[in-house]
Amino acid sequence: MKQYETVIGLEVHVELATKTKIFCGCSTRFGGEVNTHTCPVCTGMPGALPVLNKKVVEYAIAVGLATNCEINRNCRFDRKNYFYPDNPQDYQISQLYEPVCLNGHVDITVNGTGKSVGIHEIHMEEDAGKLIHEENGSMSLIDFNRSGVPLIEIVSEPDMRSAEEVISYLEKLRTTIQYLGASDCKLQEGSMRADVNLSVREEGSLVLGTRTEMKNLNSFKAISRAIDAERNRQIRIIESGKRVVQETRRWDDNKEESYSMRSKEDAQDYRYFPDPDLPGIFISQEWIDAIKADEPEFKTAKMARYAKEYGIPESDADIITDSRHMADIFEETVKLCGQPKKAANWLMVDTIRLLKENSMDPEDIRFSPENLAKLIKLNMSGTINSSVAKEVFEKMFDGDMDPESYVKEHGLAQENDEDALKATVQKVIDENPRSVEDYRNGKEKAIGFLVGQTMKAMQGKANPGIVNKILKELL
Amino acid sequence: MSLMKYTAIELGKMIASGEISAVEAAGDCLEAIRKNEPDINAFVTVCDEQSVLKKAEEVQKKINSGELLSPIAGVPVAIKDNMCTADILTTCSSRILSNFIPPYTATAVECLESAGAVIVGKTNMDEFAMGSTTETSFYGATKNPHDKTRVPGGSSGGSAAAVAAGEVTFALGSDTGGSIRQPASHCGVVGIKPTYGTVSRYGLVAYGSSLDQIGPIAKDVSDCAAILEIISSYDTKDSTSFKRDDTDFTTALKNDVNGLKIGIPGDYFGTGLDSEVKKALLDAADVLKSRGAELEYFDLSLTEFAVPAYYIIASAEASSNLSRFDGVKYGYRTGEYENLHQMYKKTRSEGFGTEVKRRIMLGSFVLSSGYYDAYYLKALKAKNLIKQAFDKAFGKYDLIIGPVSPSTAPELGTSLDDPVKMYLGDIYTVAANLIGLPAISVPCGRDSKGLPVGMMLTGKCFDEKTVIRAAYTYEQETQI
Repeated sequence: MKQYETVIGLEVHVELATKTKIFCGCSTRFGGEVNTHTCPVCTGMPGALPVLNKKVVEYAIAVGLATNCEINRNCRFDRKNYFYPDNPQDYQISQLYEPVCLNGHVDITVNGTGKSVGIHEIHMEEDAGKLIHEENGSMSLIDFNRSGVPLIEIVSEPDMRSAEEVISYLEKLRTTIQYLGASDCKLQEGSMRADVNLSVREEGSLVLGTRTEMKNLNSFKAISRAIDAERNRQIRIIESGKRVVQETRRWDDNKEESYSMRSKEDAQDYRYFPDPDLPGIFISQEWIDAIKADEPEFKTAKMARYAKEYGIPESDADIITDSRHMADIFEETVKLCGQPKKAANWLMVDTIRLLKENSMDPEDIRFSPENLAKLIKLNMSGTINSSVAKEVFEKMFDGDMDPESYVKEHGLAQENDEDALKATVQKVIDENPRSVEDYRNGKEKAIGFLVGQTMKAMQGKANPGIVNKILKELL
Repeated sequence: MSLMKYTAIELGKMIASGEISAVEAAGDCLEAIRKNEPDINAFVTVCDEQSVLKKAEEVQKKINSGELLSPIAGVPVAIKDNMCTADILTTCSSRILSNFIPPYTATAVECLESAGAVIVGKTNMDEFAMGSTTETSFYGATKNPHDKTRVPGGSSGGSAAAVAAGEVTFALGSDTGGSIRQPASHCGVVGIKPTYGTVSRYGLVAYGSSLDQIGPIAKDVSDCAAILEIISSYDTKDSTSFKRDDTDFTTALKNDVNGLKIGIPGDYFGTGLDSEVKKALLDAADVLKSRGAELEYFDLSLTEFAVPAYYIIASAEASSNLSRFDGVKYGYRTGEYENLHQMYKKTRSEGFGTEVKRRIMLGSFVLSSGYYDAYYLKALKAKNLIKQAFDKAFGKYDLIIGPVSPSTAPELGTSLDDPVKMYLGDIYTVAANLIGLPAISVPCGRDSKGLPVGMMLTGKCFDEKTVIRAAYTYEQETQI
């Protein structure tokens, strides 16, 4: 069988985290009663006019700078004309001729090998409303709350060759954009959407094959599966002597297969032309410089610094810096308690576990660095033992609270006083003659049972080290 | 005798002095409309009498308390039906908006309302401002008050006819390719199109967004200057709105053109211009000359490209601007349909008239892939060349004098069959829109049929004051 190479380019839509919409003052908040975040502009009323939200341009420039793009100093908006009910003006305000960012690249590492993925352009545009179809098919309704929410579309060059590279590219993009605070980039909620353009060609060929565009990819796993399935589908077509049709396909992740939405022949003529309602945007060097100056320290730089400053291994730093929110909590906590390794441990072990159990993102972490620092201090000073600390931490994770007062209120401070503990230990020895005998007969493990019984009698609040010591003395 | 014979400023003074009340003015206006409408049909909507009188009463209270000092406080006004007015039907004279009541008011109309003007109705127009005769209206043609067998011009024909017939003292119009100036000329009233960006377009239902401007139509130059001063605003809701601090246009009402350099484009006075119109214009030019203006003939050049460039650009923008009238959110929707595509198709086929459909198709064509460069981009290039020609002229002259229209008002029913001929009638007016220049139309006599002729004075961008000064001087010198 011939060897095939997969060629992949991505179109990534990212919903920007501005408070208001791109061309009016309506809220961008997700959810909310239908058609409450609307006005004449975002519902396409006659005579309404768009006014550009400057913050959208700033976010787009910030993402462009972080992905090594050239900033188009004279960019402008165009109208993309097509009829659809979720598109209130029946044209979308987007950018075709003069997009805001051009010619960038994102560096990724896959299996230890570095690679640069080219960015063809980044452009700004408005999102559409949402159609709600009555289940019995009698009627369709439109919610315009999302209409006019700002988007950027990041168009890559066809530089990726595997699902792994695609995921790595997307993760890098997502982390970068999250660090900039430009978007929360949640695939499930649609604030980040990736369309995959894929073609295959014989290994060594320099000519690109016919590509398809895959839509409706709602998770990294779905993207991986869709890429593998589409690659195999195209190879099967070619092997059977047929030709791949240029078309847009929709991925069904439950069935793990795709179906054709529309072919190139059905492609609409969008009749793009410059939007006469919006003058061109002049982006001054000063503006670019100010945005650059506000740039945060990105993941790669943080990882290097954590290794150098705190001696945190790269694999640990990788997890913590995956989210800027978590990295911020880490750095703040360390500042307060001076215990980088402990702080790292709480975050990358306990926090990650709880996030997974609750299907939450690191962005959803609610506990404050102040309280994590207090917990670490309580544990280090011996006020609470590690198992109590874990219990307190889980409470903190659920709803941020002060661990000091919580320990006090619930009487969780452990007993460190030997004299106070001696009586309990003696009682345990008296009640468990068999274990005592086992221990004395050389069964070292038996002491563990006795420690456990003492802890139980103390309702977990004893210092296990001290209990161990007393037991050994008394036996 | 009707109070509507007065100018807006005169009426405003009478109200301010207490000679008459705002309620009396409103009542008188409604009475004039009742009397004239069967003959003229200048209005699509006349507001409910009680609500108009109540509004006038509120305004009168504010005048009495000293809250309202504007020169038009209490003066009734008519608004062209392509400007949104909250709670008042706004149809653009189209079936597709025949049931549309906007939830908001256009900025220019808000400016008038805060100055105390009382809206009495919405005037007829060519459907979506596409036409030069007001005959493409879904609500029937408006008639020229000077000769009811003739058109009032268009597209702001209802506004011009309402002023000329004495139904109101002044009205708002909009001008995309001459739609204020040409009906003003045909109806013997004054209309000014300001520099693009001077009056907010927010709430003006867009036809050609890069060309549209709102302006006043009134009985004389003084009214036009005063009203333009009121409706000019820097509006943060319109990104093409321009911040300027020189909109005190009434300060330009001076009888003085001494030393003013006025160019007469020879290209405008050749074949195609009616000889009686030509004579009236040259006589008017002589009046300005006699008052000390320096007149000179020159070649403007490129004049034959203005109309094609205009119709390509305006239609392209219109094809996109009018997409939103799709039967989904508001307005007319066809009765029966089997699917979405059919609903769109039937709604728009039934909702739009012939001329609008023609321009939507024309505009869609020139923006289509494969034709974009050959038509739309070429039109933009022509526009730039035309701008250069005007820049050159304005390097030499303060004003350009010319006709508004090649002839006086044509008879009803004679224009629509030959759209190309109708489009060519816009030859003198469209350049001001392509370039954004301010231009005024002032009456300058009548032809042998007794029909009014208009003179157009075009100024540099942001130089309405010179335009107003020259027009005012001419008006003063020719008043009987």
